[in-house]
Amino acid sequence: MSRVFIALQTNDDTRPIIESILADNPHAVPVESPAMIKIDAEGHLTVKRESISELIGRDFDLQELHTHLISLSGHIDESDDEFTLYWDN
Amino acid sequence: MDMQVPKKKLGLKERYTLMTRDLAWDTTYQPKEKVYPYADYEGIRIHDWDKWEDPFRLTMDAYWKYQAEKERKLYAIIDAYSQSNGHLGVTDARYLNAIKIFLTAVTPLEHMAHRGFAHAGRAFPGAGARVACQMQAIDEMRHAQTQIHSLSNYNKYYNGFHDFTHMYDRVWYLSVPKSFFDDAITAGPFEFMVAVGFSFEYVLTNLLFVPFVSGAAYNGDMGTMTFGFSAQSDEARHMTLGLECIKFILEQDPANLPIVQRWIDKWCWRGVRLLSIVAMMMDYMLPKRVMSWKEAWEIYFEENGGALFKDLARYGIKMPACAEQIRLEKDHLSHQVWATFYNYGGATDFHTWMPTEDEMQWLSQKYPDTFDTYYRPRFEFWREQQEKGNRFYNQTLPMLCQTCQIPMLFTEPGDPTKICYRERTYKGNKYHFCSDHCQHIFDNEPEKYVQAWLPVNQIYQGNCFPEGTDPSAPGFDPLAAVLEYYRLNIGRDNGEFEGSEDHRNFEAWRGMAKRND
Repeated sequence: MSRVFIALQTNDDTRPIIESILADNPHAVPVESPAMIKIDAEGHLTVKRESISELIGRDFDLQELHTHLISLSGHIDESDDEFTLYWDN
Repeated sequence: MDMQVPKKKLGLKERYTLMTRDLAWDTTYQPKEKVYPYADYEGIRIHDWDKWEDPFRLTMDAYWKYQAEKERKLYAIIDAYSQSNGHLGVTDARYLNAIKIFLTAVTPLEHMAHRGFAHAGRAFPGAGARVACQMQAIDEMRHAQTQIHSLSNYNKYYNGFHDFTHMYDRVWYLSVPKSFFDDAITAGPFEFMVAVGFSFEYVLTNLLFVPFVSGAAYNGDMGTMTFGFSAQSDEARHMTLGLECIKFILEQDPANLPIVQRWIDKWCWRGVRLLSIVAMMMDYMLPKRVMSWKEAWEIYFEENGGALFKDLARYGIKMPACAEQIRLEKDHLSHQVWATFYNYGGATDFHTWMPTEDEMQWLSQKYPDTFDTYYRPRFEFWREQQEKGNRFYNQTLPMLCQTCQIPMLFTEPGDPTKICYRERTYKGNKYHFCSDHCQHIFDNEPEKYVQAWLPVNQIYQGNCFPEGTDPSAPGFDPLAAVLEYYRLNIGRDNGEFEGSEDHRNFEAWRGMAKRND
């Protein structure tokens, strides 16, 4: 299985995003670098709107990710509730 | 950011359809072939543009909203950084030389990418592809502008930042990035997408914008960190577009496969050659290092690119043939390129230097199989010579590769003691190449590459002197005339870092920043 990744800036807005990604994807591995974090995951990784909304106490729009996103890999499946990265191999 | 998210009546997918595809129309009073004249000539067959899927379902209204948010954050940081003399917080002034390369070699490419995507977007008959290209064209313009704005702060204090648009079209090593993008935008729209949207964006930009920019943060350069990450957040969208574009083309017709494979082979190699300068920036120009070029390469090319090509195997796409040579070069690349720039440090717009003993130890540790054997002895010799007052500057112009335009500095795959040369005769003229792959690219399109504007050849032909220069005048100094044509101040903008005006000013100003005198 190939690994996908999502890289985010590390700031106050992304703290709950990172926390919920790691909670929702127990197989994900965070790799920290100066000013950023890269989250690697075997096969697939899902960002869930509901988990983030719960942590920040307001409705989160998954497209807000664009503001903090640095990079990613894999195919994308995006809906209002979930943003998934995956490889089919 | 504390945004209130209003309740939406339509789902994301429906909104996307309504705000993109449904805004398109079919032409009635002109035939389609006349409206989209570049859609067919490359031989790519598209049967149904409606099969195009844009995985990021970003509509124009959402695009403006999030881009505006990114810009507000970015400019607030740039202002704060320059208002508080942030430049004095960078590790040391050597670092700024990497940023000079960024401004002269990368920023103009962003602008060329803007032009390229605007053109590709106009040329594609499908609405999904047009919208995605339009956003990317705007993104690329934004990248050029934010880089210029961030880096103009340094131009107030340091040398070499003063005339990047003039230099981009003239300075010898800048013909490498310039010719890369000129090659891409003079191709057809499909090749441009494979070249820039896929090969460059997906396979290679991470190497510049992720570890190097994280390195900028590590070295205290808040401006570069901010524009770099802000740009790469758009790149995430671009990469997805590049991947989608490849899948779409391959699914449309099996006859497209060999054409696409040839483009992938060509542009991965062109991109790898272009990035050789980034290898040097990471290993030699960042005083504090996040990771070596080789480590970054393994993460972002071997692992990430490997997963990508494994995924594309179902369409019959193979890992480019150059991958094996690339694997052999990763232990050598940054050292060979830095050695070359050190040699030609009298003709660049930035300073060069020999690494300190600590830095050489770091290089030995990161490159245990190559650094001590092949590069350390040379570097120690140059350092000794410099200490004796014989700082080495190469006075002879190098031979350039006809395709990538890089001086012949790369070694034979498998033999790091021998420079790699290839040559071809075409219509009675001889052409030289740095590698088999650059030669193959030429062989496929010789009529394109014989037109290459090679800086060294142009200098020897007398085309790179200021207007009115008389090369037959007594005492004529050709190198000085070329540097004047480049608008470089000899010894002030370039040459040895140690003892340079930038070095002295930075030390003095940093001292003043800590005292009241």
